[in-house]
Amino acid sequence: MNPTPYPLGKLPLDISTHGAGIDQLIVYIHIFMAILFVGWGIYFLYCLFAFRERAGHTPQLEEKHFSLPKYVEVGVVLVEVVLLVFFSSPVWGSYKNDFPDRNEALVIRVVSEQFAWNMHYPGKDGKFGKTSPQLMDGTNPVGLDRESENGRDDIVTINNLFVPINRPVIIDLTSKDVIHSFFLPVARVKQDAVPGMEIPIHFQVTQTGEYEIACAQLCGVGHYRMRGQFIVKTPEEYATWMTEQEVELANELGDAPPAETAPAAEATPAAAPAAESNSEEEGK
Amino acid sequence: MSASHGHAASHDEQIKHTLEHWAHEPFWKKYIFSIDHKVIGLQYAICSMVFLLIGFGMMLLMRWQLAYPNQPLPLIGGILGESLFPGGVMSPDTYNQLGAMHGTIMIFLGVVPLSVGGFGNYLLPIQVGAHDMAFPKLNMASFWVFFIGGMIMMFSFLAPGGAAASGWTSYPPLSVTAQNAQSYWLVGMVFLITSSLLGSVNTIVTAIQLRVRGLSFMRWPVLVWAQVITAFLLLLAFPPLEAAGVLQLMDRLAGTSFFMPSGLVVSGEVLQVSGGGNPILWQHLFWFLAHPEVYVLILPAVGIVGEIIATNTRKPLYGYRTLVYSMLFLGFTSFIVWAHHMFMTGMGTTLSSFFQATTMIISIPSVIVLTTYLLTLWGASIRYTVPMLFALAFLPMFAIGGLTGLPLGLTASDIHLHDTYYVIGHFHYVVAPGTLFALMAGVYHWYPKVTGRMFNETLGKIHFWGSIVSINFIFMPMLLMGMMGVSRRLYDQTVYAHGAAGQSYNLVMSWGAWALAIFQIPFIWNLIVSLKKGKVVTEENPWGGTTLEWATPTPPPHTNFLHEVEVFRDPYQYSPNRNLLPQFVKE
Repeated sequence: MNPTPYPLGKLPLDISTHGAGIDQLIVYIHIFMAILFVGWGIYFLYCLFAFRERAGHTPQLEEKHFSLPKYVEVGVVLVEVVLLVFFSSPVWGSYKNDFPDRNEALVIRVVSEQFAWNMHYPGKDGKFGKTSPQLMDGTNPVGLDRESENGRDDIVTINNLFVPINRPVIIDLTSKDVIHSFFLPVARVKQDAVPGMEIPIHFQVTQTGEYEIACAQLCGVGHYRMRGQFIVKTPEEYATWMTEQEVELANELGDAPPAETAPAAEATPAAAPAAESNSEEEGK
Repeated sequence: MSASHGHAASHDEQIKHTLEHWAHEPFWKKYIFSIDHKVIGLQYAICSMVFLLIGFGMMLLMRWQLAYPNQPLPLIGGILGESLFPGGVMSPDTYNQLGAMHGTIMIFLGVVPLSVGGFGNYLLPIQVGAHDMAFPKLNMASFWVFFIGGMIMMFSFLAPGGAAASGWTSYPPLSVTAQNAQSYWLVGMVFLITSSLLGSVNTIVTAIQLRVRGLSFMRWPVLVWAQVITAFLLLLAFPPLEAAGVLQLMDRLAGTSFFMPSGLVVSGEVLQVSGGGNPILWQHLFWFLAHPEVYVLILPAVGIVGEIIATNTRKPLYGYRTLVYSMLFLGFTSFIVWAHHMFMTGMGTTLSSFFQATTMIISIPSVIVLTTYLLTLWGASIRYTVPMLFALAFLPMFAIGGLTGLPLGLTASDIHLHDTYYVIGHFHYVVAPGTLFALMAGVYHWYPKVTGRMFNETLGKIHFWGSIVSINFIFMPMLLMGMMGVSRRLYDQTVYAHGAAGQSYNLVMSWGAWALAIFQIPFIWNLIVSLKKGKVVTEENPWGGTTLEWATPTPPPHTNFLHEVEVFRDPYQYSPNRNLLPQFVKE
């Protein structure tokens, strides 16, 4: 039983498949730093005591050459090269480049704004409808065109990112207004959301629970409360949740409910958190 | 022989004449609109120390909100104004204003003008044996342009919407769309940068052209080297930011879109801008300055620490040449690491590999610099003066600052640590107990030379011990809180579960900060009261230094030297019998 995912002064819980490499690197670097610092520190304190000015003590003026520091320096270089080449680069390379197949992964667009995260799911057809800045408003935060080819079934949630475990997730990240930074502390994911760019990131998580999305880049007066929910479900729970969304959307649009829907009674409005206002108190 | 003697005599005549003329100048010409590099250096130093105090004070206010979120500030909350502190509670917008201005003030109005404008101006001409800067009027202009820039920054708090609130980095589009004094900030920056450019040209020309006879480059004191390298960094790195500042000003005022992409929707409205720009461009231009800027903050401190360690270990600096080459290498390399601030902007593996590698490379000369100082201690006779305490404390503090840069410089670990409190802890260790301690060491070290009075040793030691202990209570918890993933620049981190989990650290940091503030009182008191009450120092060389500033009368007259000086040897030389071989003594 985990008491908290956020132990004091330590790395948070890691539920991602790639995070272990990051954590390992962080731990190794800190061990390296500690060795250097303690080593220097002992030498330093010894000097401060042994070579203090006192009666009968004279400084050694002849030019001395020490060879140990050269080896320390070479050691530092070697350790840095090892950390860079064998620890940092592989993890980073895979984080940046080894994308899962878009047809198999769950692809979500995340559109950030002051001060909310809008999640845009492609819906049943697995394809995103057209979006446009002109259509963006309080009820349509991602500017989705429902009349466009694949837009009818797209699901939009605000501040709640639902993903299933054990399935690769790709997030196409962008921003409507200013630069934000999409940070999932427990999944070791961080990426700036830059307006005018759509930047893909990918990850896979292995443990269910309710976690947090944090904004890591100063984005204005509400930066501190730009908190989203990162809700990780089992594949079954996720499918149920998605079906609920689809039913609700169909009701909203007056369309026929999706084919393999659960009984209509279950399809009560479940997206209560999505109703949270997302654009109050913008910078005046 | 007689020819050179005659030359020296006429030279001394000339000095006498200049001094007589200067004595008859009116007060405002001597002390206000002065062309004397020492007066200008002091103007810089006093102004920047006041700015440091103001910037620190802002942080003390913010620290209340961080420790006790949404509780009214005790005592002063009510009088700070309803608009900034509604009900005595700091508003989020006020927090962002203070945060942005804290960074701006500490860096551009505090540390740089103190280390470069203050110490550089005062000491560099004397250490190369010059009577003044190469361009005294340019020097005066540099100070007054700085002063105007500083005033624009300070008065921007009165502008509609308050001061700039987009961080000291001023990333667009946030900064471009901000309805506050961001434009004043940009204009202020243009003034400050112009001032730095004027100053850096002066420093370079003075150090190279006005060297006295015998002072070859490899006989320059470490501080001169540090100042010259710093001046080159300022000269080459600042213009891109000046240009970028003007571009951002155009984006704000003239409707251009250098940094603004098309299709922005702010507050539910499509923004009417021409579009097609790129906000990342600003970051490149900004960090192309701001990374060399880090070394602008560090190098003069390294120079000051070198001078003080050399003087108080009573032996030559270990590896002077290695130290100089390392600083040169640092200066050069600092131009090719800037994008390690931008790993999370979507940078691919090709570009980030380059910047990761250069970042690891730049750690090597930093380690060498630290090593030369540590090795200087071996076999020394360490005199624990107050400046020496601060200079020694610089070493482990700067080491922590440097080491904590490693996990941020590697992309994989940066994924988790980027933009968290870990970053804040890292660079504060470099700049606060690092650079600022070195600057305080410098203030104490040259105080008797500048004022002709000795400071109070006991107060100095209280200041030192209080500061070194309390400052670590501020910055060490930041590193731990960064590990937890708590983002920087949060008005109230308890909104997040992972922030609330680390909130207890904020209490430690805030009380540490307030304690640090209290321990600056003996420092300020000491500096002011010792002017009148301090023991009079009449000898030229109270610490037994080896460089040219210790050949001047105390305090130095307008011409610095009363006689022609010449340099006969490397700095930091000692002989067993006399125990001291200053550069300026022929023997």
